[in-house]
Amino acid sequence: MTDVIETKRSKKLAKGPFGAVGHALNELDDRLGTAKGGRTFLDKIFPDHWSFMLGEIALYSFVILLVTGIFLALYYIPSTAIVTYRGTYLPLYGQKVTEAYASSVNLSFAVRGGLLMRQMHHWACDIFVGAIVVHMARVFFTGAFRKPRELNWTIGTTLLTLAIVNGFLGYSLPDDLVSGTGIRIAYSIILSIPVVGSYIGFWVFGGNFPGTMVIPRFFVLHEFLVPLLILGLVGAHLALLVRQKHTQFPGPGKTEENVVGTPMFPVFMAKTTGFLLVVGGVTALLGAFAQINPIWQFGQYHAANISYAVQPDWYMGFLDGALRIWPSWTFHSFGHTIVFNILVPSVILPGIVFGIAYAWPAVERKLTGDNEIHHLLDRPSDRAFRTSAGVALLSFLMMLFIASSTDVIANFFHISLDTVLWTMRILVVVVPLIAFPFTYKICKEMQNFKGAGKRKTTNVVSRTSEGEYVSTASPRYVDDIPAHLAPIPVPRFINDVEAPEEDADGSGTRVVER
Amino acid sequence: MSSGIENHTPVSLRGLSADDPHLQPAARNPERVEKVIVFNFVLGTLFGFLFIVAYIQNWQPWILGGAMAGCLTLLGIGLIAWGKYLMPRGPFVEDRHEFRNSDEDRSAFAAAIVQRGGGLVKRRKLLTGLFAGGMGVFSLGAVFPLLRSLGPLPKGTLFHTDWRKDSYAVDITGRRVLVGDLAVGSIVTVFPEGQQDTENGQAVDQTVLIRVSNQDFTTMKGRETWGPQGLLAYSKLCTHLGCPVGLYEQQLQLLVCPCHQSMFNVNNGAVPQFGPAPRPLPQLPIYIDADGYVRAQSDYREPVGPGFWERA
Repeated sequence: MTDVIETKRSKKLAKGPFGAVGHALNELDDRLGTAKGGRTFLDKIFPDHWSFMLGEIALYSFVILLVTGIFLALYYIPSTAIVTYRGTYLPLYGQKVTEAYASSVNLSFAVRGGLLMRQMHHWACDIFVGAIVVHMARVFFTGAFRKPRELNWTIGTTLLTLAIVNGFLGYSLPDDLVSGTGIRIAYSIILSIPVVGSYIGFWVFGGNFPGTMVIPRFFVLHEFLVPLLILGLVGAHLALLVRQKHTQFPGPGKTEENVVGTPMFPVFMAKTTGFLLVVGGVTALLGAFAQINPIWQFGQYHAANISYAVQPDWYMGFLDGALRIWPSWTFHSFGHTIVFNILVPSVILPGIVFGIAYAWPAVERKLTGDNEIHHLLDRPSDRAFRTSAGVALLSFLMMLFIASSTDVIANFFHISLDTVLWTMRILVVVVPLIAFPFTYKICKEMQNFKGAGKRKTTNVVSRTSEGEYVSTASPRYVDDIPAHLAPIPVPRFINDVEAPEEDADGSGTRVVER
Repeated sequence: MSSGIENHTPVSLRGLSADDPHLQPAARNPERVEKVIVFNFVLGTLFGFLFIVAYIQNWQPWILGGAMAGCLTLLGIGLIAWGKYLMPRGPFVEDRHEFRNSDEDRSAFAAAIVQRGGGLVKRRKLLTGLFAGGMGVFSLGAVFPLLRSLGPLPKGTLFHTDWRKDSYAVDITGRRVLVGDLAVGSIVTVFPEGQQDTENGQAVDQTVLIRVSNQDFTTMKGRETWGPQGLLAYSKLCTHLGCPVGLYEQQLQLLVCPCHQSMFNVNNGAVPQFGPAPRPLPQLPIYIDADGYVRAQSDYREPVGPGFWERA
């Protein structure tokens, strides 16, 4: 029909200047109108500050959790049916164990790569919760939660809660002695809830503890329901981030109206993909060399057995510590018991801690009367009250965490348990009370410190031929702007501060006189 | 180093010419950086091969994991270095756009909801009420299959154990315990006969039998017959959170819970002497029959284990 000879080259040219990829993108745009939004997405700017990496650690350890978790789910059997263990681990050979425990041991020893996957999964969980906490601290101390980002703070706090819950559920699944003890404690905590506690307990466990339902139910929650919630909320968390764009620290060229940094494509994409691999690599390193939760040593859970020095995963530590040091007060009246000795440390206390986290943005808005939109971050020392409050809360939780090891501390240092217990009871109260004013004072001192927070050039100390030492400011960094970053004298006393000297000749060098 | 300042002023990505300094690599010596990245990628790939070999040969998990760690970390570091040093150095800037819409748009949106929707509700109160009522009834009904079917009601379950009058105390293997089995200072975990290998028996009925002397032993008033020949039986469930009270400190006559270190004094009715447990361990009244077997006089006289609302 046509005279044109179709060559490879002519076909390529017919597709336009960007070839097959351009052609495919055009086809997509015809149908979905993706060109404009896609370009904007590729141009999205990510700030370069290292602290923005903490949330990425959380995200990527979640990815690792999903991948390793799918692997584990293929071999794990959520059943409390009793079987005789006939696997490769000889010390357990012939013992009556549940299918859940047998399959957990089997996937560790009989499945190739299984032990690595299980240990990576456990480590990734500990990293996941840890990264969320540190990321949250970054957001809190720099004021990134302020308007318009309160909703994302709320989503993030919910994600932390879900991560802790799912960590506990997963810890329970192998049905080993330690995890069974954890479930027993959880059941008792549920029982302590006034009025409805025993009903909730019976409904969660399908009857009195332990029953046969708890493992299959925890499995469905752990590998389906809670991950689905986390996945959805992570999606919402990131969608809000893209919609509202990143916050950034103040600095040259950075304003409330812009974002400065590197673009999504290709720079950030390369760096963040590389970072995903590094997080995976570090997790693999831990999974390979750092043993975690060796369930074959603990043995099958029997409700009448117990092991010494039972510690939960680190993120449950503050609850365990609170349960240890809270006094044994209960309240009996009118034929009922209010189990304050459990209710307060394990239900009311976490309720208050997470309540504070949820409420903080609104409370701070109310207290400061600041209803403005903020995209530039605070230096923590400029917000002395908030910083002190955060440090006080974190130190409180840290003391509770330490209190979860009272028996180990007493044993290790050869001091009486009573001494350790009372020390922790006092420290839990006293340390936050000291931490607050202490932090507040440090913040105020740093505010008084003129030029604080600006990058200073280092000094080069040289000796002249006469033997005199001369300190010379080294040349400034290429991206420093003189007006912002003139070198300033280091004060001899903390309040003895003068205004920065003018950089008269603009050379950036200056002899420091004494 | 020289003309640094202008080049480090952030620019928008839009409309940059290809030779703009912002689009140049950040590295001063790109060739050298490339060599380092090549080294990372090659070594990482070698670790990848090692991973495959380790898997096929079924080598130790630490070799498998170490190979995986080496592969991922090296490839990752190479990719990060590529992005950081060999890709457009920037910095780039993008503008934010205010979220707030114009006043007209805002009031139009609010009007659409309040007037259009609110009008419906206000004008048809009967329909609104009936529909809400119907949905409410359905929600209540849905609670039953969703929640109520999850498990039985507690009823009296938490108040009783399987210990009955004349139950034989058996150890974990099901062997009946004779008084002579226990020397003074020894301890054994017992269950009512037939319950030693049931879920409930393990979780609820578990009882420690301790021999504190050779004489009949009274722990407190009203329990004169409960400690025949110095044998005392206490619930093994800690009254704090229900862990088994698994440690027996013979010298101090203490039962210790390893979970949160509650300590119960065996001699005076297992009153908590230390730790967060609020109540003594319930004591099981026992007797020794004519053949020397240890048997229960009755069930526990109070609920075992941690506290709960219905407990008096």
